[in-house]
Amino acid sequence: MNTNSMPATSASALRARNMHIFYGNFRAVRDINLDIPRQKITALIGPSGCGKSTVLRSFNRMNDLVPGARVEGEVLFKGRNLYSPEVDVVEVRRAVGMVFQKPNPFPKSIYDNIAFGPQINGWKGSKAELDALVEQCLLRAALWNEVKDKLKQSALGLSGGQQQRLCIARALAIEPEIILMDEPCSALDPISTLKIEELMFDLRRHYTIVIVTHNMQQAARASDHTAFFMIDADRAGTLVEYSETNQLFTNPKHRRTEEYITGRFG
Amino acid sequence: MAKQLNMQATRRLVGTNKQATRTRSLAKRPRRGERVIHGILFLCGLVSILTTVGIVLVLGNEALLFFRDERVNLLEFVSGTVWQPQIGEFGILPLLNATLLTSLIALLVALPLGLGAAIYLSEYASPRVRSILKPILEVLAGVPTVVYGFFALTFMTPLLQRLLGQDTVEFQNTAAAGIVMGLMIVPIISSMSEDALSAVPLALREGAYGLGATRFEVATRIVLPAALSGIVAATIVGVSRAIGETMIVAIAAGGRPFLTANPFKAAETMTGHIARISGGDISYGSIDYTSVYAIGLTLFVLTLALNILSQRIVRRFREVYE
Repeated sequence: MNTNSMPATSASALRARNMHIFYGNFRAVRDINLDIPRQKITALIGPSGCGKSTVLRSFNRMNDLVPGARVEGEVLFKGRNLYSPEVDVVEVRRAVGMVFQKPNPFPKSIYDNIAFGPQINGWKGSKAELDALVEQCLLRAALWNEVKDKLKQSALGLSGGQQQRLCIARALAIEPEIILMDEPCSALDPISTLKIEELMFDLRRHYTIVIVTHNMQQAARASDHTAFFMIDADRAGTLVEYSETNQLFTNPKHRRTEEYITGRFG
Repeated sequence: MAKQLNMQATRRLVGTNKQATRTRSLAKRPRRGERVIHGILFLCGLVSILTTVGIVLVLGNEALLFFRDERVNLLEFVSGTVWQPQIGEFGILPLLNATLLTSLIALLVALPLGLGAAIYLSEYASPRVRSILKPILEVLAGVPTVVYGFFALTFMTPLLQRLLGQDTVEFQNTAAAGIVMGLMIVPIISSMSEDALSAVPLALREGAYGLGATRFEVATRIVLPAALSGIVAATIVGVSRAIGETMIVAIAAGGRPFLTANPFKAAETMTGHIARISGGDISYGSIDYTSVYAIGLTLFVLTLALNILSQRIVRRFREVYE
């Protein structure tokens, strides 16, 4: 249905094919075809309730946790459908990490927050190697210099922006290929937001990033591709337009996209 | 006619308006009802505080009479291994030992079962299953303890005897009483623990699931530590209940003070002893009578110590999530 589902770029990290998502009998998302390019930042934008978060959470099967949620169609990752019965959801979430809207560090020490992921995934290395991994993740998340002297202190003592970077570091520790970010800056101040955006640009060299954002400026300045979602007549979310970010913001093909990005609704 | 009505209505409107203007002075108005309610609510709280104070005073006073008696010696009371008021032996250890033994057995039964049930209800069960199971579990807490007592005597003891042999397991024994007491406090522990587990924010669970944690890892490594203070509180309430429980131990644990570590032998607990002595022929002011208060005071100190200890533990290990 969507002819504009595939920007002409490098290989895709994720492909959604004819994806419908239901909550009980309610169809929340209709017929999504979307290719997420590898090692790029893809932003999902659209008005509230348009299903962009639902789509994001379908990429690591977070929707499994919602009673009654159901996905039809396919999400292809390395040629396999994430929703096929023989795929292990735990493995999916190892490969596709997630950062949430509100920083949600565990009520443990900074160190333990990072070490948690490797430990539950059968960490075999020594304590020194784990120390090194923690340091590396914190360095990558641009947090090391701020916390290196208090690794054993509770993560809840950090500021909101630091907590969110800790959550990013935590996600990096399990070495995912894709990182999903669900409005990661909506609870942060502008300076912390900027830091996260800079971090995203750094991370792009190693990871594929998909970010949901309410903030159109953020999508415009911090993403390579942008997908615009809207609610159709049945209140189901649909993908309206998907292209390179520059193109979508300067020369949108659809009238609804233009109306949205110029602030006429939403 | 219609016009007249209309005018009346207008007049009434103007009237109310005037009233409103008049009362909108900011002067303080007495609200007697509010003050009365304030007082009544305060009294409600006061009653239970005064009751506690009263109990402590009576306990302390009568226990003091006991310890003043020349036949009694505080050191012997806390270290003596024989409790036989008839011959003037007042060593609390046999009674204390039986109480601790039954309570420990109860805890060993109730903690894994109660915590397991709580984790199932909060982390595994669907909302529908939970809404059915939790009330049923809580009904167990409403069964009269005398019923549990006879359940211990007529079901648990024969069961233990069949499993371990009639020579090993006496007719009355602390194991059967303790196990059944444990079953009795399972609902207390599971219900309170489930509340504590459910109160842990969903965001923490999602964070762990997002890192590829299994349900069990989320439950044991994230939710459980975060809910620890509630779980310890639940355990303390359960243990206090076990220590104070009287009917089950009076029926099933034994009717004679006896110092033993063997849970299959009969031994009388502090509460069981109090119940038996006060039920019999007892004269006011006699040493039998005051000894009951000394035991009661010991029980009180025991549960108090347990509460303080648990608060320390919670402060050390709790993971505060807010």
